[in-house]
Amino acid sequence: MKEVYLDNNATTPIAPEVAEAMQPFFTTEYGNPSSMHTIGGRVKKYLDRAREQLAALINAEPDEITFTSCGTESNNWALRGSLLAQPGRRHIVTTKVEHPAVLEVAAYLGSRGARVTQLFVDGDGLLNLDELRAAITDETAIVSAMWANNETGVIFPIQEIAEICAEKGVSFHTDAVQAVGKIPIDVKKTPVSMLALSGHKLHTPKGIGAMFVRRRTPLKPFMLGGHQEHGRRAGTHNVPYIVGLGVAAELAAKYMDDENTRVKALRDKLENALIEQCPDARRNGHKVLRLPNTSNISFEFIEGEAILLLMDAVGIAASSGSACTSGSLEPSHVIRALGVPFTAVHGSTRFSLSRYNTEQEIDYVIEQVPPIIDRLRKMSPFVGGDVY
Amino acid sequence: MWDYTDKVKDHFFNPRNVGIIENADGTGEVGSLACGDALTFTFKLDDNKEKIVDAQFKTFGCASAIASSSALTEMVVGKTLEEALQITNQDIAEFLGGLPDEKMHCSVMGREALEAAVDNFRTGKKGQKAVNEDIVCKCFGVTEEAIERVVRENDLKEADDVTHYIKAGGGCGECIPDIEKIIARVRGDMAAGGVAAPPKKKLTNLQRIALIQEIIDSKIRPALQRDGGDVELLDIDGTVVIVALRGACASCAISETTLRDVVQSRLRQEVDPDITVQQGEG
Repeated sequence: MKEVYLDNNATTPIAPEVAEAMQPFFTTEYGNPSSMHTIGGRVKKYLDRAREQLAALINAEPDEITFTSCGTESNNWALRGSLLAQPGRRHIVTTKVEHPAVLEVAAYLGSRGARVTQLFVDGDGLLNLDELRAAITDETAIVSAMWANNETGVIFPIQEIAEICAEKGVSFHTDAVQAVGKIPIDVKKTPVSMLALSGHKLHTPKGIGAMFVRRRTPLKPFMLGGHQEHGRRAGTHNVPYIVGLGVAAELAAKYMDDENTRVKALRDKLENALIEQCPDARRNGHKVLRLPNTSNISFEFIEGEAILLLMDAVGIAASSGSACTSGSLEPSHVIRALGVPFTAVHGSTRFSLSRYNTEQEIDYVIEQVPPIIDRLRKMSPFVGGDVY
Repeated sequence: MWDYTDKVKDHFFNPRNVGIIENADGTGEVGSLACGDALTFTFKLDDNKEKIVDAQFKTFGCASAIASSSALTEMVVGKTLEEALQITNQDIAEFLGGLPDEKMHCSVMGREALEAAVDNFRTGKKGQKAVNEDIVCKCFGVTEEAIERVVRENDLKEADDVTHYIKAGGGCGECIPDIEKIIARVRGDMAAGGVAAPPKKKLTNLQRIALIQEIIDSKIRPALQRDGGDVELLDIDGTVVIVALRGACASCAISETTLRDVVQSRLRQEVDPDITVQQGEG
């Protein structure tokens, strides 16, 4: 059966160049880069190279990059480490639409005595910067706002947020897991203090992440027990994956134009066709200020899990913000934060593309999805008998 | 991905009896868009108004909601209303070869729709799930009576189970303590009908000290150690337990809270509700 993978915000196919570059470190190049001997030293060179490659993607200095196990670890580290490093500051500012890797950490710290402010977003998923300014106090240890949203792809005005935080002298962390590699990022130009990223959203295998930490950012380590990464993150280096992430970063820079032209055009073609062909379908999130690869569409009066399973039966992989797909009873906090009516939240469906998608695949999806929507509508008690 | 049985998949991919019967004898509507699933169930009786000859449904919901509705329409045809009302949510789930725990509420919705439709036939009133003042879960509009029934019929033990079966407690979670009370009461009644639970054995002083030490070692310390902290038992004086916080807990700004919410509440729950925990020097 034909398989069309449109769930790249969940994870991405592994780039063949990445897999190939990793191979020696599973077999012959087993050395520990922290060792004194030649066998380890040989590997250290590849570790340094990967750090430079990743730094180049976001225009950081190599020593501002710390490798972690995943984006979630980076986010945990940023929030917990910032509070630990600033005992006099017990306030966290974040937003309603963050990934659980930020939201749940903030809530946990909230249960342990910190004060948490969550900024609201408007119907397009955008922040009010005056509210942000007003929320920051002398007590604020960290502001955490994602660069781009995983569900809607909406991009926050990170330049402005970073400038506001810099002006107020407050650390600013951005969860850029979805943004890195999809849109240009330059940390020399944008004064973020910390930036979390993840390898498997960039075509590496799962299990590698990193964090950019600007020099002089107050931050205590999260992982203790070793001198690796200048004591910022203990634990033997995951060499094959770090090497893979370096190569993935280089590839991301190379394909950045493709992502923002060809992939974006495919996304627009898919979105426009589905909204046009399916009655009562609506886009969630700002039309322009969003990632080039993401489309989140609500099909009203039907439920997301049923949509996903019927799409899966014809080989199309996507995801949904419906309650039923998560195992919880609550639908997506992100889609609800946009003020999307309940009639549309449960039927929200996310299509997220990558550079590996082709026009032929998109045409196949455009052909297959409208009949699926129609079929479920015919079963829905909220749709009049003969309308559809 | 959910682990659905072949029968659930069959009834989802090829649902039977989709539609609304014109001039139905009974119509039941349950659920809502806000809840994430809803079902309209209609049936037609034979000329003697005895047996169900046709049943159709329309469902907004996930695969198991659609499959449960489809199954229900097959199960009721040929039955009298009395027989149909004997169908429990367990019967629907069994007909489908089982449902994941988190999806049991789909089978409950089927049973409720059937009852609402029969009620509609008998009373002529609009066939909706009875709206009762006694709502426990405000998020999903679940009544005390409905919770009692689902606990009794499915032998449920935890508030989580109730959430899986009937959604109550799955929203804001505010009603979970109430649900726990209902479970305790219903299970108490059930036990009273059978064998009463043995009274809690009184512990000797030695047993009590050993139990406190064991709970601290096996349950409390691992939890604190996850955050880089630790706790040491220093002394026990009657109901006063004296401990020292170690590691990250010792310098933590909220050590008082840790002491009260973690150490004390656990010991109260597992050993004795009168226990107070104090921080000692050591």
